[in-house]
Amino acid sequence: MYETELAIVGAGPAGLSAAIEARKAGVEVLLIDENSRPGGQLFKQIHKFFGSRDHKAGIRGMNIASTLLEESEELGIETWLKGEVCGIEEGRNLWVVRDRKCSELVKAKKIILATGATENAVAFKGWELPGVMGAGAAQTMINVNRVLPGKKVVMLGSGNVGVIVAYQLLQAGAEVVAILEAAPKLGGYGVHTAKVARAGVPLYVSHTIKTAFGKDHVEAVEIVELDSSFKQIPGTERILEVDTVCLATGLTPLTELAWLAGCKFNYVHALGGHLPIHDDKMRSTQPDIFLAGDISGIEEASTAMEEGRLAGINVATELGYISEEEARARSNEIWDSLNSLRSGYFGERRRTSKDSMLQKGKEVIKWNH
Amino acid sequence: MNRIVNHPILEEGKQGKEVQIFVDDKPITAMEGEMIAAALIANGIHINRYTAHEHKPRGIYCAIGRCTDCIMTVNDVPNIRTCVTKVEEGMRITTQKGMGVWSEEER
Repeated sequence: MYETELAIVGAGPAGLSAAIEARKAGVEVLLIDENSRPGGQLFKQIHKFFGSRDHKAGIRGMNIASTLLEESEELGIETWLKGEVCGIEEGRNLWVVRDRKCSELVKAKKIILATGATENAVAFKGWELPGVMGAGAAQTMINVNRVLPGKKVVMLGSGNVGVIVAYQLLQAGAEVVAILEAAPKLGGYGVHTAKVARAGVPLYVSHTIKTAFGKDHVEAVEIVELDSSFKQIPGTERILEVDTVCLATGLTPLTELAWLAGCKFNYVHALGGHLPIHDDKMRSTQPDIFLAGDISGIEEASTAMEEGRLAGINVATELGYISEEEARARSNEIWDSLNSLRSGYFGERRRTSKDSMLQKGKEVIKWNH
Repeated sequence: MNRIVNHPILEEGKQGKEVQIFVDDKPITAMEGEMIAAALIANGIHINRYTAHEHKPRGIYCAIGRCTDCIMTVNDVPNIRTCVTKVEEGMRITTQKGMGVWSEEER
């Protein structure tokens, strides 16, 4: 058995930021991650981030990860890698399988769940063939593992993940045959979309994949046009010769531990579906469990880091390391920063969705008010 | 070889130590510390297993240890997620059929 004041599940941008804030305040922290290195999905993000200078705009995701890791090492944060959290008991105790060998009980006063998200699938005929993969999977292969999973790629989805990974596939030496978007208009930030467009990648709106063909591996796909109600228009099918299909069709939060812990949920479509309810302190409906990052709503690494800091500060306050007054002042600053990240053409919908979640949190989480 | 050596942003490809692993008894060269699935892709191997009932091929899908599509039998232990398991010198990897078979020692 291992005892600690705060256990954080997930050492991505949210978990690392939470750990750093809490440890700086004096909290005893245990950071647990199932992977063999911390940093979550930041290391595969080799593009420069958006937002203002305060939000680390202009810095590549992989370099942000290195900075966070350095900071957490300097603070001497206890980190368990290859630690898989398999259960939560009594809202505070974690059952952890370490190194895929032995299991250990962690007793914590507070828990922060920063488990992240997983990529959505699209089940067209042939989607299970080798060669069909998540866009993030291809991104991991090219940018982290430095191997090219395919040479001729079609990307399904024109959101930020779709256009960014398409561009990074070009940088890695692949050909991107097309980017398809089921909706009638493109979904990514203009700057990223413009890069692939300038590189000559055709972008098709109102199109999807009907079938992937191949014996042991993808050899071609049949694409089809969609009408305004997303129905396939017969007769518009055509064949693209590709060896790889990347699916960039959104993410779903990894909420298993929150369900296990008995957190109450709320459905928020724009933030990725069923999400554990939380308030403006990032507290769930379980008094000792806080949330940060994609588990509280699918957004970006920049918002995940701010939410992590918020959770870390509020946990430190509850444990008596930060005064209520200081916590309020610092939280307000972070909320200003989050609101500016959630502004503009793409951010507004996330802002209103997050506001509705906070409203729900206010109604349900009584002990906080 | 499907390794990315020259890249406009990332530093030159890994110069690490080479290790030898065996895939279905054939020796291949991998880079020390890389994930098994990456070593396979580098060597042009895209099928990790065949499904239990219809014997259909499966390759990597999520590459972050979530989906289990890339599981293989590694050193006689079946169902190892090759995208999150590092190669080791002399490792014996087998294309898995169905649920795989546990060896007597590992059972």
